Parts: sequence; C-alpha cells; structure tokens
Amino acid sequence: MWVSCSPFVGTLGRHWASPQAPPATSPTASASLGQSCAQTGGAGPNSPQLLQPFLSLPVGPAAVKRVPSCPESPCYVCPSQPWPAELDPAVPIPTSGPAAARAAFPPGPGRVMASSTVDQSQVARNGLREKVLTLNSMNPRVRRVEYAVRGPIVQRALELEQELRQGVKKPFTEVIRANIGDAQAMGQRPITFLRQVLALCVNPDLLNSPNFPDDAKKRAERILQACGGHSLGAYSISSGIQLIREDVAQYIERRDGGIPADPHNVFLSTGASDAIVTVLKLLVAGEGHTRTGVLIPIPQYPLYSATLAELGMVQVDYYLDEERAWALDVAELHRALCQARDHCRPRALCVINPGNPTGQVQTRECIEAVIRFAFQERLFLLADEVYQDNVYAAGSQFHSFKKVLMEMGPPYAVQQELASFHSTSKGYMGECGFRGGYVEVVNMDPAVQQQMLKLMSVRLCPPVPGQALLDLVVSPPAPTDPSFMQFQAERQAVLAELAAKARLTEQVFSEAPGISCNPVQGAMYSFPRVQLPPRAVQRAQELGLAPDMFFCLCLLEETGICVVPGSGFGQREGTYHFRMTILPPLEKLQLLLEKLTRFHAKFTLEYS
Amino acid sequence: MQRAAALVRRGCGPRTPGSWGRSQSSVAAEASAVLKVRPERSRRERILTLESMNPQVKAVEYAVRGPIVLKAGEIELELQRGIKKPFTEVIRANIGDAQAMGQQPITFLRQVMALCTYPNLLDSPSFPEDAKKRARRILQACGGNSLGSYSASQGVNCIREDVAAYITRRDGGVPADPDNIYLTTGASDGISTILKILVSGGGKSRTGVMIPIPQYPLYSAVISELDAIQVNYYLDEENCWSLNVNELRRAVQEAKDHCDPKVLCIINPGNPTGQVQSRKCIEDVIHFAWEEKLFLLADEVYQDNVYSPDCRFHSFKKVLYEMGPEYSSNVELASFHSTSKGYMGECGYRGGYMEVVNLHPEIKGQLVKLLSVRLCPPVSGQAAMDIVVNPPVPGEESFEQFSREKESVLGNLAKKAKLTEDLFNQVPGIHCNPLQGAMYAFPRIFLPAKAVEAAQAHQMAPDMFYCMKLLEETGICVVPGSGFGQREGTYHFRMTILPPVEKLKTVLQKVKDFHINFLEKYA
Repeated sequence: MWVSCSPFVGTLGRHWASPQAPPATSPTASASLGQSCAQTGGAGPNSPQLLQPFLSLPVGPAAVKRVPSCPESPCYVCPSQPWPAELDPAVPIPTSGPAAARAAFPPGPGRVMASSTVDQSQVARNGLREKVLTLNSMNPRVRRVEYAVRGPIVQRALELEQELRQGVKKPFTEVIRANIGDAQAMGQRPITFLRQVLALCVNPDLLNSPNFPDDAKKRAERILQACGGHSLGAYSISSGIQLIREDVAQYIERRDGGIPADPHNVFLSTGASDAIVTVLKLLVAGEGHTRTGVLIPIPQYPLYSATLAELGMVQVDYYLDEERAWALDVAELHRALCQARDHCRPRALCVINPGNPTGQVQTRECIEAVIRFAFQERLFLLADEVYQDNVYAAGSQFHSFKKVLMEMGPPYAVQQELASFHSTSKGYMGECGFRGGYVEVVNMDPAVQQQMLKLMSVRLCPPVPGQALLDLVVSPPAPTDPSFMQFQAERQAVLAELAAKARLTEQVFSEAPGISCNPVQGAMYSFPRVQLPPRAVQRAQELGLAPDMFFCLCLLEETGICVVPGSGFGQREGTYHFRMTILPPLEKLQLLLEKLTRFHAKFTLEYS
Repeated sequence: MQRAAALVRRGCGPRTPGSWGRSQSSVAAEASAVLKVRPERSRRERILTLESMNPQVKAVEYAVRGPIVLKAGEIELELQRGIKKPFTEVIRANIGDAQAMGQQPITFLRQVMALCTYPNLLDSPSFPEDAKKRARRILQACGGNSLGSYSASQGVNCIREDVAAYITRRDGGVPADPDNIYLTTGASDGISTILKILVSGGGKSRTGVMIPIPQYPLYSAVISELDAIQVNYYLDEENCWSLNVNELRRAVQEAKDHCDPKVLCIINPGNPTGQVQSRKCIEDVIHFAWEEKLFLLADEVYQDNVYSPDCRFHSFKKVLYEMGPEYSSNVELASFHSTSKGYMGECGYRGGYMEVVNLHPEIKGQLVKLLSVRLCPPVSGQAAMDIVVNPPVPGEESFEQFSREKESVLGNLAKKAKLTEDLFNQVPGIHCNPLQGAMYAFPRIFLPAKAVEAAQAHQMAPDMFYCMKLLEETGICVVPGSGFGQREGTYHFRMTILPPVEKLKTVLQKVKDFHINFLEKYA
C-alpha cells in the first residue's frame, strides 16, 4: 500500500505477482523475473530501472507508464511499452468541482504522474507540465548514492509482509529481516535500567512513584538538571549536553585504561552515522586531481560509499583479506593509496573495527601499523568503533584507536588526527531508534573544531532522549547501586547469547558445501562467501542483476529470509557473499541457518 | 616554508578572525595540552585546517547559535564563578526554545511518551486510558513493539497515516496521502534533504534558491553548504513584512543572469518576522511559482502560532488545491511541520514531517534512498509527532486537561505578542511591526551614526555591536538582524517572546532603558 509509491518498490512485486509471473517459488519460477517484462513488451533487462535508486547501473530515460499485465497499478519497469489505449490517462481534466479535486489528488497510491521524459505531446494532452524536479534535473551526486542495507531487497521484503498479511499464500509464514542490525526488532528486550531512567526523564511526575529504584531516579534527576528548563523538550547546545559529554569522556578514560579524554573533544550526534557524515563533510576539498580521496575497506558499511558519493569525494578501495579472516593488511593500504594518487588527493582513511559486515576484530599490532601508515601518508583517521562492546571470539579483544595512538607516544600521539565514533544502537543495548551517538576527536585543529560545531549548530542539536540514553550507556549502574545486579544480568545475557549465535552461525555455514564463513569475531553479522554456479551467474546477468543480488532475491521469495547481497558492501570481483545478522533468537536463528543452507544447495543444483 | 608559516599561525600570529571564535574553555584546554605534551617545534601542519577544509562549510553562517550565543555561554560561566555583573542571569531570548524558558510540557504528550518508553507502565493505574491506548497503538507499529528499533526510513507507517489524517482535517477535507508524508529529524532535516536533492548544475546553470530576507538562517546555511545560489527577495517592512509578488519578479529576473532559479522558499508564519500571509498573497505566490516553474518549499512550522484576531493560517497545500487542477496537478510543493513550535514546544525530541505534493515518483524513490542512508528519524520524536497530530478528542478522558493546557500556552503567547509590540513601539528609535504569528519580535532599531562608526571600529556589524552591548550590560541575549538579512542601512534584532509574562515585561523594560542609554551615549 504505502510502499508502492516509490519507483523501485512494487515493481518487482507487481511483476512477480502479475498473471504472467507468479511469485517465484523456485529458481525456475524466479527466472520469469525477466519473462514478465519480455511478455509485456519491455525490451531487454529491465531491472536497472527498477533498482536504479539503490544501484548505480546505467539508466536510460525512464518513463512512467502502465503495463497491461499490471493494470491495477503503474509500472515503472518497461520504458518502451506504449500506453494502452484503454488506460490512456489523456482524459480531459475537469477544471472545477469535486471531480477536479479527485483528478488533482487521486486517492491511493496508484496515481500516475508525468515524467520529465514522457512524450511532450502526452504531457500536453494530460494538462501536466514537465516537473521541476526530475531524475535528469536532480542533484547528480544524490542520484549516484547507493545504500544496499535498505535497498530494493528490503523494499521487496516489506511487500512480501504486506502480501502475507493480505493472506497471499507463500512458501513461508513470516519474513525474517536479517538485513539490518536492529536487535530489538528481532525481539531483544531493552535493558530495564535504561528505560526506567528515560521514562523518569520523559515524565518527571514518576519521580514520586514507588515503582522505580532510587538510583534510576537519581540518574534521571541528574540528567534533567543538565537540560534547559529541566526538560528533555528543550534544545541542548549543539555539541550535546555538557554533563553527558563529561560522562562520555570519563567512559573513554576508563575504557582506555586511564588515558585522558577531554569533554571538549566529544560531540554528541544523531547516531554514529550523523557524526561520520559531519567529519567527512569537513574533509571535502579540491577539484579534479586534487579532489579529496577517502580510503575505505572493501567490504565496507555502505554509509561510507553513500556519503562519499553524496559529497562528491573519491572513494579509494582497500581490500580486506578474506583468506586471513578479513584482516587488514598494510601492504594493501599502500597499494590502494599509490594507485589513488594518480587521480585524487587521498586525505582520510576509514577503519571499521570490529568490522561491519566482516566481523573481524583487529589486533593491536594491526592498529599500530595502520596508525603508522596514516601518519606517514598524512591521512586523517576515522575509526568506526560502534561495535566495541561486541567481541565474541576467544583471543580477540577490542583496542580503541585512541588508546593505541596515545600509547605509541610522540610524534603519533600528539599529531595524528583521529575521529572515533560510538553509538547507542549496537552493543548490548541495541537502542537504534533513539539515534544516540558521539564522536571523539583527537589532535583536531581547534579552529576546525569550531567549524564543526558551527556545522552541527545549523541542525540545532541531536535528539535529547538519545543523548540521555547515551549517558546511561557510558555510565551504567555501579556495583553498589540497587539496579546493578539486574543490569549486569541483562547485559551479560545479551552478550552471551550473541556469542553463542556467532559460534553457531560460523559452524553451520562452514559445514555447508559451497559456503565458507570466516569466524564472527565481533559485531553482529556473518558475511559468508557463497559459490554460485555459472548458469546462475548467467541468468543474473540476463536480468541485469548482480549474481548475489539474484541469489538473495530468490532466497527471499522462497524462504522469506531477507539478507543483503555482498555487492552492496563491495567484494573482490568474481566472489559472492551476503550479509546476515546474527540477531534472531537462538532457535529461530538455527532454523534460519538450516533453511538458508538447504536453499543454497537446491539453488546450486537447479543451476548446475 | 609552509611549515614555518604554519608555526607562526599557531604560535604568536594573530588568530584568523572568524565569526566563530573559540570558546574560552577550548582555548584553555588546547593551551594546556600544548604545554603538557606538544613539542611545538616538530609539529607538522595538520591534515585538516581552516585552509584545507571544505570551503562550503567554512562559508556557512548560523547566527541563531553564533558568536553572540557563545558569548552568552561565557558570561553564564563567569556568573557561576561569582564574577560581578550588572545582572544576575543571562536571558536567552535568542532561540525559540519554549521549555527552556519554563513552558511546561503538555501532560498528555509526556504521558504517552513515558508509556512508550517504559511499557511496564501500561499496567499502572496512574495513567489515563486514552494515553495507554495511543501508546499501545504506537508500539504496535514499531519493530519489536519498541521505540528502540529502527523504523522505516520514511517513518513509522501508522504515524504517517495519522499525519495525513491531520492534514486532511486541517485543510477542510483536502485529501492527504500517507505515501507523501516523510517523517524527519525536526523540520530542518526535511528542508535540507529536499534542498539537497534540488541542487544541480554548474556556473550559470547552478540552482538558485529564492529565500525571503529576513530569513531563518537555516536556509542560507544549507544553501552555502550545498554551494547553491542564494536569491534574496525582500519582505516589505512598511507593510507588516508582507510578501510582494513584484519583488519576487524582480528577484527572479535579476537572478536569471547568473543562475537557474528553481526553488522558492516561503516561511509562513514568518520567522523572524512573525507575519501571517493572507490567502490572496499565497495564491499570488503559487501563481508566480507556476509561471516561473519553481519548486515551492513552504516552511509552516508555526502553523499553530497565529495571534492576531484578523489573521488566519492558510496552508499552501490547501490553497494550491483550491486553485484548481492547472495549479494543483502541476506545482511541486514540499511543506514542513515540526514538534518544536506550536503549543507543545518539544524541541529536544527532534520530531517533524514533510508533505510532498506532485513530486515525481522517481524522485520519491531517490528521496527514500537518501533518507535511508541515515536509517531513520529518532523514533521517540516520531511518537511525539504522532501525539501532536492525533491529540485527545472530545469524549476522551484527557481531552479537557489537554485543551486547557494548550489554550493556556497559546493564550499566553498571544498576550505576550501584543505586549511586546506595544512596549517596543513606546521606545523612541524602535519600531516593531505587529507580531501576527510565530514566536519572535523583529523590531527595527535606529542606530545613531556614532554607534555605527564605533561598530565599524570594532569590525562588527552595527546591530551585532548593539546586541553585544545589550548582552554585556543586561544579560539579555538576542540575535542581530544581520544574521537574518535586512535591507542595507537598516538594523534589527530578533527576540523571542517566550519568557514568562512577568519576566518578559522586565526584559522589555531593560531593553528600553538600554536603548535610551545607548542613544544618549552615541548621540
């Protein structure tokens, strides 16, 4: 219903649900993905159009037209299909009265709008003019942005859920969203203490209630004291509530074994994403050969590629070593940098540790080597450390870039510029919806720091409830507090279950033929490599889809399991992966893993 | 060579003058860090410096939280340390932050929010049933029935449906489609997102964005950041800051020489000007946008804040719809609303929405994609938005208290609007248009030539000089008109009318005394 308004939404579904193309229940059936368009007059692979907003595949003039096979809704897929006469919207539009109203604002999503590229005579007959804002006239950088984690596969998952609710028969009873690290959506319970304090902050009348522990009340009062008008409803200063910045600095000091952190270097943000974008934005400069280049790992979390595209920066890929559990190799950094210097000016290096989507946890030696490299090559370091609480593998330990940098002493400790990011969305709390996060900057030019504050001030402030939540994450109950026991028990339970699920995932995948999976040392994802038979690759190419996208779409249609293809994160050419979260409850995860490996075996067989 | 220059810059050279000075504390922190560990001589030039950073970001200005506000922060710290001042507290009349000024949150809203935050409270007898009903409904629409899950990037479904129903009610039945609603992180987020999509071209074909002068500086800041071309049109101060279409014509014609004007931004009710546009004016603007093929941005965050008895809020969407299909099926419009203003003043939650009309379906896809990179707006802010658009109705348990609280806030604001206008107009050398709506007075101040000279000697805009003096002498923090834009040679400041009535009276009296003194001093 609501989803079908956007061009990439609904097209897959409508085609697959159309009489010519029933829902794909087997690889053979999903082959009709291409047929439906062929039968309805579409020329060649149509998928580039429908996937266009999320994939930078070449896009021709994309007209919005109806297709006879899907008469109940507009189809954006088949550009060469002429308007069928009976559906021609070139009916005179009444100029007044209720009919005019209906014509202008037809109810429901099934409206057809003129496209910039629709034949002008058509437009004239319609009484519709060319729009100001079209694919051709829009910001070309935004158009180039891709974001696979919420891309077409997720839109299709939404549609399938809708269809299930409407009673459409599927070979599964529910869609399992293993595409995004959203713990509470997967049933993880919020940590009681966090929500108690937050509720007290939201509705301070509750401070008189006997049902809340004293330490929660004390914490709520402390936060409210620091808010304008003692309310979460006032703006905070743009860098975040001072008290909370101080608490964050103390947390960092504790985490890093006493290495000092200055609250003035801590900026609260709207989730970590916001802070990452802000820091990258500061680094944009130059044109042509002098344009800023940013090194990012491949595979990467697609926020990076999306932001670089939006800001018109040059993406410089360095590959993580899949053979060595996705380790970061400095020789590869050198290679990437040297090649990039031909066409841009590399000025920043992004590191994700623990890795997303790869789950590797960097060793201390590795971090030292990266810092030395960044220092020698004069690169600003961005350390995405949002999974710092999520380390499972025996022998792995989280080392913050800040700590290692400081322990390396001068000149590194006093000169290397670093920004490190954290969030309330991951860890044991999984409070994604509150959009809490922070960045700590180290050795940043104070004048630039002021510029950053100015930039943040345009958006006024990060959401104050998210700031309050972050405060509780960085200063949880102490052993003597009444809430300590329960808090600790809840926290341990979440982390222990995640560790068990990481092991289980690795184990099941590594036993399945044609799938190989590195140890999930940390974070919340497994990123297994899948072997796809040549005929499947060929079929995908015919459909204009990346082979792993094709695999994931088929998986979704047949099993209801929603995972993200490796092509959305980047991978070495000729290799195929997908990212799956390990967040579903243990039993469900077990089932999911079995279904998935069975499906892969079947898929391999069908395309052999 | 370069290194030596850098050392001079960092060491004893004069600091680069910028409107954004460093706060005392960060200077101190920096200095102590240098003393402790930094071998200054071996220091290389940083990678990221004022010279090497993004020039577009450097060009951004945002007066509402600019140098005067930083100064206010410093003065507050000094007061805390016991330093004597001719006043005992800083009054922040620089920003429309109602609750910071003592306005109490609406009880019903906070009850529902508390229930959503900590659902154990759903069993508590101290919450009314209608609050529980709403909390359950919101939670059921959230992933895992929790505010802690990400929502869809466009926002929680049922909340978008409620927003659409609200708009339909507000606009007397003009239909609104939930598909066209996008929840955002405050209205600012929606405005910058849509502008981001609109900007394209290079040189003379670079996108021009028409904004009112005076404007809310979010617009100029985002335009700078996106490297778009700002096209100013002036509101008519002589006519209560009304918008004149001839002025729009002048501005667009002149702009066409050097850019491609594609967007027209309107703020109604006006910020900082407080004018409320007549229906006729809105029709003229829509006709103009249609004629010139401009994408319309209607910033309507003050839609609940209309005080003058002869003014009414008309939404652009409704007027567009009622102008007939030639307009209503062609003119592209994005309209913005927020939880931060109105009677609720829930700024900290960063709730807001945007409704788009006639947006190309392909662009909708692009919009969702762009929003999805940031995952979702804060879900608690979305929930707050839901309660704003779906308040208690007659017959519900909380209706009476809710209405009472709402009326009390709006009644108070209306009183303060009148009070402010009246008092300012009693002061010689201050002229203030009626505050028809919004939350600000934007009086014109007539500054003597000697004051202008003194300001120039301090390398300050004359009204910045005036506001700094006002802050230093009275503790009252207002924003100079130069931060919003004004006709050359005229001077203004923006002051919120949010302090409680008694306090507002004191503030106005203090401004009056200060102004008279100032005139004498620089006569």
